[in-house]
Amino acid sequence: MKIIAFACQWCAYRSADLAGTLKYEYPSSITIIKVPCSGRVETEFILKALAEGADGVFVAGCPKNECHYRKGNFVAELKTSILSNILPEFGLESSRIAFLEVSSSDAKKFVEFARNFDERVRSLGRNPIRRYSHEKD
Amino acid sequence: MKIGLYICHCGRNIADVVDIKNLIGYFKDKVNVVRDHLFMCSEPAWEMIRSDVTNKLVDRVVIAACSPYNHEKFFRSALETAGLSKYLLEIANIREQCSWVHGKNKREATEKAKRLIEAAISKVKTLKPLDDLRFEVERSVLVIGGGIAGMTASLDLAKMGFKVYLVEKEPSVGGKLIKFDKIFPLNDCASCVVSSLMAEVANNPMIELITYAEVEEVDGSFGNFNVKVRKKQTYVDWEKCIGCGACTTVCPPKAWKPNEFDEGLSKRAAMYIVSPQAVPKKAVHDPELCVNCGKKKLGTRRFLRGGKEYLTPCEKACPTKAIDRSKSWNPEGELLNFNVGAIIVATGYKVMEKETFKEYAPHSPNVITALQFERILSPTGPTGGKVLRLSDGKKPKAISFISCVGSRDVRYHTYCSKVCCLYMLKQARLVKEREPEIDVYIHVIDVRAPGKDLEEYYIEARRMGIGVIRGKVGGIEELPNGRLRILGFDADLGMPVEVEVDLVVLATAIELPEDSKELARKIGVAVDPSGFLKEDHPKLRPVESTLSGIFLAGCCQGPKDVSETVAQAKAAAASVASLLSKEEIKVEPFIAKVNEEACSGCGICENVCPFNAIKVNEVAVVDERSCKGCGICASCPAKAIDIQGYSAESIIAEIDALVG
Repeated sequence: MKIIAFACQWCAYRSADLAGTLKYEYPSSITIIKVPCSGRVETEFILKALAEGADGVFVAGCPKNECHYRKGNFVAELKTSILSNILPEFGLESSRIAFLEVSSSDAKKFVEFARNFDERVRSLGRNPIRRYSHEKD
Repeated sequence: MKIGLYICHCGRNIADVVDIKNLIGYFKDKVNVVRDHLFMCSEPAWEMIRSDVTNKLVDRVVIAACSPYNHEKFFRSALETAGLSKYLLEIANIREQCSWVHGKNKREATEKAKRLIEAAISKVKTLKPLDDLRFEVERSVLVIGGGIAGMTASLDLAKMGFKVYLVEKEPSVGGKLIKFDKIFPLNDCASCVVSSLMAEVANNPMIELITYAEVEEVDGSFGNFNVKVRKKQTYVDWEKCIGCGACTTVCPPKAWKPNEFDEGLSKRAAMYIVSPQAVPKKAVHDPELCVNCGKKKLGTRRFLRGGKEYLTPCEKACPTKAIDRSKSWNPEGELLNFNVGAIIVATGYKVMEKETFKEYAPHSPNVITALQFERILSPTGPTGGKVLRLSDGKKPKAISFISCVGSRDVRYHTYCSKVCCLYMLKQARLVKEREPEIDVYIHVIDVRAPGKDLEEYYIEARRMGIGVIRGKVGGIEELPNGRLRILGFDADLGMPVEVEVDLVVLATAIELPEDSKELARKIGVAVDPSGFLKEDHPKLRPVESTLSGIFLAGCCQGPKDVSETVAQAKAAAASVASLLSKEEIKVEPFIAKVNEEACSGCGICENVCPFNAIKVNEVAVVDERSCKGCGICASCPAKAIDIQGYSAESIIAEIDALVG
């Protein structure tokens, strides 16, 4: 199981760091890519990750009204929600992608989300793209 | 491209969970140099990286260690001192985001560490040798607002050798504080605190004091703002005016209106000097109020039958001929234009008007706001500091203070205005000190007196016989004899209480004035949900606004008392100085870059940029000073914008490495 998380450098990435400092556990399927702002995440990045075979992708930014760039997290949430509506057209389940707003002090929220998201993606099974490529192998 | 991989054991923090030998074996053939160290953040390890770079063994560095937030700058310095661009570095976070969160499963943790390092290697290959952005700095500062915050900040900066433009919209500096009589917790004289500052800002050669003026436009960005300030028309030649006040006494009562300085409790004429302590002490003419004595309009001359020129009373009274109504004054005033490196916004607060609160009998002249009562207590106020009610000039037998009027109330403001409890206690104590026989009641939800000397201040007030009644007041009834009946609640008794008093003082909420919000919109500073100007970070950047180079001080950022306001003003001045003390400023180069050949000039980026940092003429142009590098604009349909350091190529390389 491979899950890509795009985390903004101000809140989300730091909440994940704090989870480490507090020695909270979450599944090792989750790997984080640091971005300046959740608004930096282009829809192409999410699609690219899924097309390469990631089983789930989530974008994590600051809580509402706390974006360091004023509105990046709004843009990110909008993009993810629009994309999740279109995903079924590609034969992928909407719930493979998500948006998380988390403050840098809220490691607990990050970890709980990470666990739930991993479980949610696990229940969907492997990314069908990878499933087929495995069958070919 | 020669890549060096440096893996940290972090004592046992990483090495106990992640199999470092396994990592070294795995990456041995994938990069040019692999080394590990017990503590990569130690001096010998730093030297090891530096010498590898110096000896040209590596020209890209990947460090697998703790979070980049811990030591990234330290590692960058190793590259920089070895003569390599310090941004050709990438850190794989294998402690906070690997060994510490997957401690129970060493095999999985090692596998994840491999993926994280592979992603960092893929990313470092895509990085460009960037340099810091350098901007020249204009060594001057604009301070908006001449209250205690603005004056303190201006003086601190002036003392450090910076040129300061202090802009105040009223004809005099001094702000709200000059209206007060005494201030808590020492009950020292407010005028003594603030008057000396007023004189200092007027006389300091480094401070250009521009009163009766408003900021009209701010352009440019941190290090070099272009500012346009409109100096309003005073219709009095301030060069000649000596502030004697002769013109103000001859202005006829027809041309009087409620005096703003006395919060409407007294009258002022069309010719007026703001306050007895005004700095600069100059007269101002209010053309809207002027009755044009002898039908002599501004800009005209009038001759009497004998051929003698008619002079209005104010013209006649002026000993220095500073008032010349025949002159055609430009009502637009004067537009001043100058450049500054940084801006401090210190525009202050306003209190809510009593009219908003219909349940508290606002029509009664004996219901006043705390700021009005402050004027009654002041020796320069309408009663000369005597505790009287203005409706009949009599001494009240009983006074009630009502707290949280508009604050801590979901209908108006949910925040606590913070200073009301203490200023009510102060006012109550001043009443008791001057007229011990007056009964004083304070109705509060609870008394908030946190901090040094403040709880003691409250205890002393109770000892003086001030009745503190815990419970919200439901309403006020005006009785036929003019007295007022407070319909309150006593939470300690658990029952409703009624108190009959002669004067009611409402502690109305502190809020940001509408014109400050307008100013915030003009200069692009964010307003937070509470309605005050938003600081960049409540803990780490409490005096910085959301825009670089613009700082906040005083109550425009939120309610605070004089001590806190001064502390914040000094902090803002120090922050400005730390940025402007250098010839140039260095900024991380992680900003948007436009590929001009790909850009079609559609303008989507211009619309989405939260900082107005992109302008589209033929093609998009990024203002390097304003761009903060968020990357929202990079969702360009033509892919003409990329973010340095976080380019699409870099991020896709990371995705490939992590998923593939």
